[in-house]
Amino acid sequence: MLQTATPLYDDLIPGGSHWSLIIRRGHVLRLIDETGGASLGMLLYNPENTLERYNMPDTLKNQHTFHLTRGHVLFSDMGRVFASITRDDLGWHDTVSGTSNADLVARRWGEKTYQQAHNHYHRNGLTSFLNELAKFGLGKKDLTANLNWFSKVQTDDDGNMRFVPEHSSAGAVVDLRFEMDTLVVMHTCPHPLDTATEYPRRPVRYQLFTAASVSDADPCKISSPEATRAFANNALYHLMQ
Amino acid sequence: MIKPSSLQPEAAAFRETVPAGEYFLKVVKAGQSVRILDLEGNQAADTLFYNASNPSERYSAVDTIREQGNVYLTAGSRLLSSEGNLMLEITADTCGRHDTLGGACAAESNTTRYALEKKCMHSCRDSWLVAVTEHEELGMSKRDITHNINFFMNVPVTAEGGLTFADGISDAGKYVELKAAMDVLVMISNCPQLNNPCNAYNPTPIEVLVWE
Ligand SMILES: [Zn+2]
Repeated sequence: MLQTATPLYDDLIPGGSHWSLIIRRGHVLRLIDETGGASLGMLLYNPENTLERYNMPDTLKNQHTFHLTRGHVLFSDMGRVFASITRDDLGWHDTVSGTSNADLVARRWGEKTYQQAHNHYHRNGLTSFLNELAKFGLGKKDLTANLNWFSKVQTDDDGNMRFVPEHSSAGAVVDLRFEMDTLVVMHTCPHPLDTATEYPRRPVRYQLFTAASVSDADPCKISSPEATRAFANNALYHLMQ
Repeated sequence: MIKPSSLQPEAAAFRETVPAGEYFLKVVKAGQSVRILDLEGNQAADTLFYNASNPSERYSAVDTIREQGNVYLTAGSRLLSSEGNLMLEITADTCGRHDTLGGACAAESNTTRYALEKKCMHSCRDSWLVAVTEHEELGMSKRDITHNINFFMNVPVTAEGGLTFADGISDAGKYVELKAAMDVLVMISNCPQLNNPCNAYNPTPIEVLVWE
């Protein structure tokens, strides 16, 4: 899946922080849970037309799944694939629980301001997303259902949701191979359903690699007829570029 | 949860039939009740809600299901906004379960779900885009088209993390009723989907009623 074993870039997002970058088509973003118990909130946009964005309902219903893992692809609302999940050490990632906000963090783990705690203040997912989005001229109207990598939320037969603690361990890896240029917005604020008693502050390492070329027999491309058709939409999109 | 309403249709202050493939757009004031009625059965009413005075605050599926701890909507569900505020509460429901994970059909999602050549078929997201362009005074655009509720749709989730599309549990005359906690703009696409067996490939009209 990777053309090179040495990352083009290697960086750490500390726990309770946020960052964003544009990842070009043909690159792999590797996410690594540095200490265990991480959660990485993520939003995706087409930098050429930010009205095209990650679509949770299309991603779930196209693949008849409630959770995300290796072999799944991440759909935009324009019937295309932003990225394929080419490696996953965990088997389950959440995209239905949304993100924490200031109220939720204060209720769960108490308020801690910058004045009190400097870089250990309690940031929340919503403010973090808006902070990064603003750098690209985006705002509240551009928020959508986000991804929560490394987190598992399960339901019972009646639809009751349950956060599974200790789902991710130190060193767990998720690889996302980007199938089109993508603005990637991330935060490492706590998952909104995290049951930890202390504000969870878990860093996530991210690395960039050059991806091997994608063949017609690629496992993600043929994982479902829906994914195959989305790759066809990507091909049309790239035909004129 | 099945919970009928005591409100009588004859006493409604407003009634409108919405044919399949059309949109419905109306402000429902705080304290008013709005009923969406499945006239012929197994229809999907794809619905978005906005704070009427500030549409950048809108219904949030993920905040709603997380805070109620359950992925289905029914009587007693409190619909939360993207800012965590209560927008509406479902006060009556004769259907029992409504979906908010499956999203709405679109030209582009029809290409992936059904076939590439389905792209020019009419869709819910098209209906909403017509709604926002025909009402420029609202200052809304594609940016405002987010995740919605599919009233009358049944999309069961399994403990193993699967998602299935089951036959509808709605029927002719079934309804869902909501009481507004703030002034809300209600935007419905009465789904024109012709590819989904859930509605027997026959989209049908709904009725919207509002009581003071
Ligand atoms: Zn539809």
